[in-house]
Order: sequence, then C-alpha cells, then structure tokens
Amino acid sequence: MASLKAYIATRALLVIPTVIILLTLVFFILRILPGDPIASMVGQKVPPEVLERLREEAGLNKPIYIQYFEYLFNIIHGNFGRSMIWGKRPVIAEIMDRFPATLELTIFGFILSVLIGVFTGSIAAFKRNSKLDASMRIYSIIAYSLFIPWFGMVLQMIFGVYLKILPIAGRITPGVEPERITTLYVLDSILTLNFQALSSSLIHLFLPSLTLGIVLSGAYTRLVRNNLIDILSQDFITAYRARGVKDRKIALHAMKNAFIPVITLMGLQFAILLAGAVLTETTFSWPGMGTFLLERIQYRDYNSVQGAIVFYALFVALISLIVDVIYALIDPRVRY
Amino acid sequence: MMVAESLASNNKVLKIRNLSTHYFSRRGVLKAVDRVSMDLRKQEFIGIVGESGCGKSTLAFSIMRLIQPPGKIVEGEILFNGKDLLKLKDEEMRRVRGKEIGMVFQDPMTSLDPLEKIGDQIVETIQMHEDVDKKEALEKAMKLLESVGLPGDRVNYYPHQLSGGQRQRVMIALAIALNPTLLIADEPTTALDVIVQEKIMEILEKMKREGRSIILITHDFSLAAEKSDRILIMYAGWIVEMGDSMKLVAEPLHPYTKGLIESVPDIWLARKIKTMPGFPPDLINPPPGCKFHPRCPKAKEICKREEPPLIEVNGRLVKCWLYE
Ligand SMILES: Nc1ncnc2c1ncn2[C@@H]1O[C@H](COP(=O)(O)OP(=O)(O)OP(=O)(O)O)[C@@H](O)[C@H]1O
Ligand SMILES: [Mg+2]
Repeated sequence: MASLKAYIATRALLVIPTVIILLTLVFFILRILPGDPIASMVGQKVPPEVLERLREEAGLNKPIYIQYFEYLFNIIHGNFGRSMIWGKRPVIAEIMDRFPATLELTIFGFILSVLIGVFTGSIAAFKRNSKLDASMRIYSIIAYSLFIPWFGMVLQMIFGVYLKILPIAGRITPGVEPERITTLYVLDSILTLNFQALSSSLIHLFLPSLTLGIVLSGAYTRLVRNNLIDILSQDFITAYRARGVKDRKIALHAMKNAFIPVITLMGLQFAILLAGAVLTETTFSWPGMGTFLLERIQYRDYNSVQGAIVFYALFVALISLIVDVIYALIDPRVRY
Repeated sequence: MMVAESLASNNKVLKIRNLSTHYFSRRGVLKAVDRVSMDLRKQEFIGIVGESGCGKSTLAFSIMRLIQPPGKIVEGEILFNGKDLLKLKDEEMRRVRGKEIGMVFQDPMTSLDPLEKIGDQIVETIQMHEDVDKKEALEKAMKLLESVGLPGDRVNYYPHQLSGGQRQRVMIALAIALNPTLLIADEPTTALDVIVQEKIMEILEKMKREGRSIILITHDFSLAAEKSDRILIMYAGWIVEMGDSMKLVAEPLHPYTKGLIESVPDIWLARKIKTMPGFPPDLINPPPGCKFHPRCPKAKEICKREEPPLIEVNGRLVKCWLYE
C-alpha cells in the first residue's frame, strides 16, 4: 500500500508542471489571437479613448509578461479572477454553474461507452470467428470513426424529429429544475425525491450521452475482445474447467481479468471524452463547460477561458488518479 | 486378442480403449494420441513417460475431456468407474471434473487466477460440487492447505505472493479438494527445483496411500521409475511399452525404452550417457510402419512397412516387431 501512496503523490506532483505549461500556452495563444475582451464586449462604435480607459482598468495595458506572472501568482493562490465581460462574475462561480452539466453528461456517456464496449467485446470474444464476432468488429470500426456532430444530428432526426419521443436540446424542461444542492440534476432530483425533474433530466440526457457513449465504445470493443481471447487461452482458465467450475462463472473470472487493461484505457479515454463532450454539448445545446468555453473564446474572455482550462486539466488529472486507485483495487499485484 | 486378455481384470478405476485424439491443422491431421489403450487399478500409481510432443498432455486432457478445437477426440472409449466419459452430457462431465478426477498442471505460475485469493479459489471449487456454506468451505480450504504442507492462513494470500513450489501445493490442494478417486498430474514438477520436486512427490505418494489412483506424466524416466508401480512409455502418440516399473527398468523390451534408460544420467555408475540419435517424427506425416523405425538400431525390413502389434511378453506389453 505504501508504494501506491508514493505513486499517487508523484502523480499528483506531476500535475503541477503539466497545468502550468498548459496554462502558459493558452495564455499566450489567447493574446496572439486578434481582438480582446473589451473590444468584443463594447463593440466598434465606442470612441478609442473610452476603449483605452476600459483596457487600462482591466489591466490589459500592462506588459504581457507582468500580466502573465500576476495571473500565475493568482492561480497558484486559488484565485481564478473574474470574468472580463458583462456581469464580471467570479470565474469560479461561472464554472460551477456549467461544470455539473458537463459532469453529468460525461458520467453517463462514460458509463454507456464502457457498458456497450464490454458487452460487444465480450460477445465477440466468446463467439470468436463467428458472424457475430465479425459484426462486432464492424461495429467498433464504425463507432470509432463516427463524427460526433453528424451522428448526434442523425439521432436527433430519428428520435426527436421523426419519432418525436426524445428532446433534442437542453438539460431539462424549463421550470421543473430540482432544488439546487449539487447542481447535478439527476442527483438533486433523487435527493429531493422530485420524480418529475428526474425523468425530465434523464430523457434530456439520453441522446447526448448515447452519442458520446457509442462513439467512445468502439475502442473498448476491440480492447475487450482481444484481451478476453488472450485470457481465455490461459492455463488458469483450463484449470478452472478441470475443477468443474461452471462456464458462466469462468466467463466472469475471465472478464474480470480482461477488464484490467480496460481500466487503463478508461483513464486515457477520459481526456478524449471531455473533448467529445465539447462537440456533443454544441450539438445538443447542452449548457456545460464545452459551450461555455466556445462562447468565451469568441468573446476573448481571457480569465474565463484560462480558468476553464485549468479546471479541466485538474479534473482530468483527478480522474486518472481515481482510475489508478480502481486499478489497484481490482488487481492485487499492483496493491501489494 | 492378447491385449484384451491382459487388460481384463477387475478393480479398474480407468479403462481406456482405442482412444485417438487428433489436431486438425491446415497442414493436415496430427494424430497426437493414436489408438491408445490402457488401464489403471484402484490405488495404483502409474507413470507416463515420453519425449516432448509425444502426446502425454493430450492424453491427459482427453481423459478430462478438455480438448479444445482444433483438437478432437475422434474415437475410443474412456471408462471411468464404469461410465463412458465420452458419452456423458457436458453438465455430467463437469461434475466429474474436480469431483471424481483431479488434475495438476505443469506450470503453477500460470495455473491460478491472479485476481482471486487462494482461499476463494478453493472455496469456489468446493461449492461447485458440494452444498456447503462459505464458512465451512473456508475451514476445509485451510485444512487442505495444511494437508499439502502449507500454513492454513495462506487462504488469504494472492497467487503472486507465493513461490512456484507453494503454488504447486495449492494446485494439488485444489485438485484433491473434493477427494477425487483419480489424480492426474501433468509434469507437476518440471517448473520446480529438485528439493521442491521431492516434496511434491511425497504429497502424491501420500495421496496414493490414502486410496487414490495417480497418473504421473513426466519426461523424467528416473522419477517415474522411482515413484510409480507401473510405467507406460509413449512415442509419437502410441503406447510402445507398458509394464511393472521394476521389470521395465531391469529389462526394457522396446528399443525406444532402452534408449530412454541409457540416456538417463547416472551419477553412481558414472556410465557414459548415450543420447538417442534423431528426433521424434513429425506427427502429421509420420514414417510408415513403425513410427520409431528411423531411429531404431534394430529396425528390420518389416518395421518400415507395417505397424507392429502390441504383444504381451512376460506380463508386459510391447509394440515391436522384435517380439513377434
Ligand atoms: N492446440 C494444439 N493444436 C495443434 N497441435 C497441438 C495442440 N496441442 C498439442 N499439439 C500437438 O500435439 C502433439 C502432442 O502434444 P502434447 O502437448 O500432448 O505433448 P506432450 O507429450 O505433453 O509434450 P510436452 O512434454 O512438451 O508437454 C504435439 O506434436 C503438439 O505439437
Ligand atoms: Mg505436456
């Protein structure tokens, strides 16, 4: 266990330089892009001296390197600053409004992708070299190469426009939002036993998370299939059979073993998942971090964009740490 | 005729008749076990000896009906305590495995599930066959570990925390968990050092004294000669000689058996070791006649043309034209 703790500590420490490098890149790229938050907010018709004054107030006239180090200093002290447009709300508050929506979408998409991937991959492995195996291979290739906005739109057309059974945009029917506790609508509606909000948020979640889930499941299908075939040919599986253990139980043991590399992929996929979430959010007008980020990049809201990126990076790091811990919990060889 | 007579006797745990197991590859049919007949008495310890690739494991897996494609048992009978295993339904055969026939594998490092505790693996095996609760099964698991010379608290260990020898003891504990009448050990000590090998052999001999029948598969002739009551020599899917261990060592009949004995290192006599010339044949295209004739110092004209019959000589069986 001691080595696991040391490992986690090292991983956590490595996050710091990663975040700083990422932040530095974003900081300078934003400033190289034409335009600035003041111009995009007040428009072109304001007299130049007013623009100049507003820039002065926002600290944008200081030399870039001073701005950079000031920002870094603030971030290290946990101060994300304020949005640079309109309400000038604290960036943290803005993120906290949007992040739960993304988290909810990501979690559901993630769970769906793993479930679909493990299911299709296991079928392919247990029925290896059959027609079913071939269909699963085709499924994984198609799923893997689907373009999210296009696939999302196809689902919207089928379920929203043609069958008219599922909503195609938003998180919940306006007016039925549950009492705010965590801002995760599904969780909040369960906590407050608000079933109307629960069903509304679940049906809104369905298409976006299915889109994400299917696209990301392709990689799992392949990985689970290949691992499981490898595991099924190992001696300990034959040994189980030689002891008269039932096939169904052996299948479960095999799947548990085959799941270990899947966990590693889960950690890697999570970063991709967030990128996928940005596309999914714009396709389904989902009020999460993805739409937030795109909107604020357009307005050159430096502080919001930088804050969102730092937040994303920390979140991804946290998830991959959690994945490592799950890994250790399943595999005793890592644990001891 | 003679075969049938000499094999006909009571008290048989296992009777194999004319068993063939083939592997079907793109290159052709590989006859890994070729019309093998043998039997095993209650509380008998037999050793099956032969070079690598002669079909020993295939024979063991055939008895367990664990042959996987591209392999297939193509003919024969395996009578175990009176029932033909090849005629059992899958579920009936599952109940025989582990419960009535136990098996120990060659490589203890890969034969245990790395993700499950030793205790859980034993408990699962017991509960597959007997209606006992988990606590009872766990107590039994601890007793089993003690009976193979491991502390009972090893139930809480994972396989990777044990050495190869300890894992092989666990494998034996698993194989005898349900007190099977027959124990098949397929090269149980090949992966282990000599001292551990001796310990494992002691456990097998104890199993025999407790009333079980043992099949020990090995390519170590001296080990088989020392431990078993009877020895069965395999060559290229055939049984070429079979008989009482003492007699077989003292007076080998088949030229292949002689070759095997001469190639055993002997530290006391410091006799020069003679390695047998040549290699075992390609089993997809075996030589015509006797499969051993290209390596045989006494090969005659007929050996190149016709398959030798299995002949009884002084209460032993030998598949060779020399004794016709
Ligand atoms: N799954 C398989 N597919 C094809 N051929 C196989 C397969 N398993 C074994 N064989 C072939 O069958 C023959 C007998 O193999 P087997 O494993 O029974 O030999 P063995 O006597 O146990 O050898 P060893 O001492 O090396 O364990 C060999 O020629 C081998 O190449
Ligand atoms: Mg073998």
